[in-house]
Amino acid sequence: MLTELELKLARSMVAAQAGDAAEYRILLAGCVPVIAAAVRAQGFRGDAVDDVVQDTLLAVHRARHTYDPARPFLPWLRAIARRRSVDALRRRGRQPGRAAAVPGGYDSIPDPAEAADSRLEAQDRRRQLASALRGLPQAQRQAVEQLAMAERSLEDTAQATGRSKGALKVNLHRAIKALRARLTGEPAGDDPR
Amino acid sequence: MTRADDHARLIGRLAQDLQPVGRLAPPGQRALTWLAIAVALGLLLATLAQPGALLQRMAMRPEIGVAMLGSALTAALAAWAAFLAAVPGRDARWGLLPLPGLLLWVAASGLGCLGQSLGPAAPPASLDQAVMECVPFIAMVSLPLSLAIGLMLRRGFSTRPGQTGLLAGLAVAAAAATLLNFFHPFDVTAIDLLAHGVSVGLIALGGGVFGRWLGWR
Repeated sequence: MLTELELKLARSMVAAQAGDAAEYRILLAGCVPVIAAAVRAQGFRGDAVDDVVQDTLLAVHRARHTYDPARPFLPWLRAIARRRSVDALRRRGRQPGRAAAVPGGYDSIPDPAEAADSRLEAQDRRRQLASALRGLPQAQRQAVEQLAMAERSLEDTAQATGRSKGALKVNLHRAIKALRARLTGEPAGDDPR
Repeated sequence: MTRADDHARLIGRLAQDLQPVGRLAPPGQRALTWLAIAVALGLLLATLAQPGALLQRMAMRPEIGVAMLGSALTAALAAWAAFLAAVPGRDARWGLLPLPGLLLWVAASGLGCLGQSLGPAAPPASLDQAVMECVPFIAMVSLPLSLAIGLMLRRGFSTRPGQTGLLAGLAVAAAAATLLNFFHPFDVTAIDLLAHGVSVGLIALGGGVFGRWLGWR
């Protein structure tokens, strides 16, 4: 049986397909908790959930023409969220040194080999990187956050930030140069904008 | 800035300049459109072939007609299942839809192959004919049909790209094998049947790999 929420989301999607931006905002905001629950069910926890939620919102945007109002809305949405979760797991699996998803989430697993001093060192490094990132111009910071840290595709990032793929590549290149200069003390080579 | 703010910002950007979108036609309708392309190609090829010879072979060997019906049914059902798989939220079990057609096709082809020992309806196909004529025909006819179904599926958003590709490949290969009957003036032998099966399997698997690689999303 369709719930009130499902009917409301389906109505908003029909309006969004016709180009109603206000209904689209309502729809996407209403989708966030549903997507987050589907992503958590795949074993994600903490920030990783929000990353996949954002990926899924982008996917919903690109797939909005495939929703058929004659069909229930939630299975459509959950299928996209599950697909994006699987994609995120694959990306994690490809990265050396990162664990695959486990029930209970990554944060729940302590690393017995990690000594307190190396944890402090890692914290220091993270702090330095965060501070160096804050010092970057907004366009460069976004390029690093979206492309390098959240591992989004150029296409997704271009759509989310409204910048061209070329501009994003230049921003990422400059940001990496600037970060290297700040963290190692080497000259940047060219003036970061 | 919290992650909730991040979501709100992203939603704001996506809603900005939102354009109306043309809704995707139902999967059955899209499958019929692709089948119409396959039928048009079949009619074009039929003008180059001798349909009379096919009818004569079918009269002597009814199982040829049944196998053709099986491959055509497989093409139609696999295409329908592929377009169903290209829409998020549809049950993965729809992927089993082409099985009845596939069973009919394999069973009738196998019977035809066995029946050949009772007396050939036409000269039996040799290994050379199977490899040099049937396989290139299936591959060549598959090209335009693959292009058509591939372009149509790009309009969808598959959450199971491997399955979608596999079904699309099966639809294409089954349609090509159906059309092959117009140009197959020899009896089906075991080796010929194997050559057909391998071509169909490779095209279907190729579709699966291509689907996964392409992502269809």
